[in-house]
Amino acid sequence: MRSFELVRFALGAIIAHPMRSVLTSLGVVIGVAAVVMMTSIGLGAQQRVTQAISGLGSNLIIVTPNFQRGPVAQAAGAGVSLRDGDAVAIARQVEGVAAVAPLVRGQAQLASDGANWNTQIQGVTPDYLVARDLKIASGRMFDENEARQGRKVLVVGPTVAKELWGDSDPIGRRVRVRTVPFEVIGVLESKGQAGFGQDQDDVVLGPLSAVRSRIAGRRSRGDSVQTIYVKAVDEDSLDRVQEDVTNLLRDQHKIRQGEDDDFQTQNMASILEASQAAVGTFTVLLAAVAGVSLVVGGVGIMNIMLVAVTERTREIGLRMAVGAKRSHILIQFALESVALSLVGGLIGLTIGVLGAFAIAKLGEWPAAVPPWAGPLALGFSVVVGLVFGAYPSWRAARLDPIEALRRE
Amino acid sequence: MIEIQDLRKVFIMGEEEVPALAGVSLRIERGEYIAVIGPSGSGKSTLMNILGGLDRPTDGTYLFEGDDVGEFTDDELADFRRRRIGFVFQSFQLLPRLTALQNVELPMIYAGMTPKDRRARAAELLERVGLGGRMTHRPTQLSGGQQQRVAIARSLANRPDMLLADEPTGALDTSTGEEVLALFEELNAGGLTLAVVTHDPEVAELAHRRVSFRDGLIVSDERGRKA
Repeated sequence: MRSFELVRFALGAIIAHPMRSVLTSLGVVIGVAAVVMMTSIGLGAQQRVTQAISGLGSNLIIVTPNFQRGPVAQAAGAGVSLRDGDAVAIARQVEGVAAVAPLVRGQAQLASDGANWNTQIQGVTPDYLVARDLKIASGRMFDENEARQGRKVLVVGPTVAKELWGDSDPIGRRVRVRTVPFEVIGVLESKGQAGFGQDQDDVVLGPLSAVRSRIAGRRSRGDSVQTIYVKAVDEDSLDRVQEDVTNLLRDQHKIRQGEDDDFQTQNMASILEASQAAVGTFTVLLAAVAGVSLVVGGVGIMNIMLVAVTERTREIGLRMAVGAKRSHILIQFALESVALSLVGGLIGLTIGVLGAFAIAKLGEWPAAVPPWAGPLALGFSVVVGLVFGAYPSWRAARLDPIEALRRE
Repeated sequence: MIEIQDLRKVFIMGEEEVPALAGVSLRIERGEYIAVIGPSGSGKSTLMNILGGLDRPTDGTYLFEGDDVGEFTDDELADFRRRRIGFVFQSFQLLPRLTALQNVELPMIYAGMTPKDRRARAAELLERVGLGGRMTHRPTQLSGGQQQRVAIARSLANRPDMLLADEPTGALDTSTGEEVLALFEELNAGGLTLAVVTHDPEVAELAHRRVSFRDGLIVSDERGRKA
């Protein structure tokens, strides 16, 4: 016989009981919708994390003091283990370094032309722009000389510029940081919202020495820095540069063999990898929980298919009497089960995709429907239909035609 | 056409073995019109099921045009039923969801005919049984006699060698029963081999040969029409 006829038989039986068919596939609808939504939320989270971390700068190694060293670690000044000299030494002695940028930071109130804004002020060197992949939108960055002399100039982030001066040009404006007057010489290009709800544009940059001495406060006196950003020339040399930096700093800090580092280095690539793996695991977990409802949906289909085989015993007997093979009966009922599940899968996919967009729109969560969600959801539906339709179909195909025809 | 030798069928009911056929031998020639009669439990229905390829004998041989049907696999039996046999049941066995036309089409779907061809043939068959105007009716919209005529049209769909009817008039009143029997007479006149199981003597008398069963054995085999 022609195989499309079996498909027609299966669809005919489903259409004969529209209400029952819809209710039967409801379990699969919910299961598929849940899986699609969960994987979309997971992928969105992954994209947000990636965006946030790579927004910090590419090929970046972050060197920070190690606070976990000894019982007095949290005492004032105890965290200060990195110094200007360390940054200079890295720049001079480690190969494959594109930029080295030491940094101190503090929170400060800015006042200008009657407006006030509280933001983070970072004391940096000009190389900071290279290390963090930042660009100047207007004006200029201060140069090495200005940095060394501790000139009181600032480069402001777009958010700060907007809060203090609205749409007018900030270049040349005077601004008080705490009580110290600074001059604005540049505006950063917008980097937008980072992950974790943090505004990367809400920042001002000043020369390292000026910020350290006048603003950053007690914790950063002398020549200490809080962070050193080291940018490698390319991704391949990242690991080697990280190792060289570690060895160099151990040398600089006169740490003997066997002693712990008083600093730590983090490699952006490995941070990214680790957080993506974490989010990935989380997504798989969510999808697995949602997948359980798909199994429940499958059990619902099996239940109704068993009812259908009982109800249609005479029909099965008659089909056999007019020449249907057992395989025809088996395939007809298996197709019916797969079709029920597949219809559920299609409806569930639609609901899942719409739901993901709704979450993205309403919940400010960047849900992204993965391109493989469709094939995966439909593939799973087919598998569920086959697995849970197998037993009822087998029962139908094993019927004795004489017994079946006699059934009331 | 059909040759049965010492056919036996034993059903196992719990611990007990119940012989339904206890050694039956029979020849049926092409074009015969044969009635199988006997009280219920005499084995006549069992014989029909075996003749139609719905059941297998426990012992003995069943040759159909020289083929040993008793040795057929399940799939070969399905092919045999589809190509060689047309069934007419006491309870019609029409599928309630399908129209008269679709019911007649069903065996042709399993035979792999194109939708166009089988629709034309089904329409032609329904015309032939006098239901040309009822093609899109569903079984519930038809009288018993009409339903049985749809079933007969269906049994003829794949041009079978033999029609097997099990109490075809059992669920019909006398006059509609007579219509059905007249149709059988006509089909047989056209050369179709016909075997009718019945316990109704009036139905049996229309056949050209009567085989009587009792306790799984043939007790008489008369030829010639009585009516």
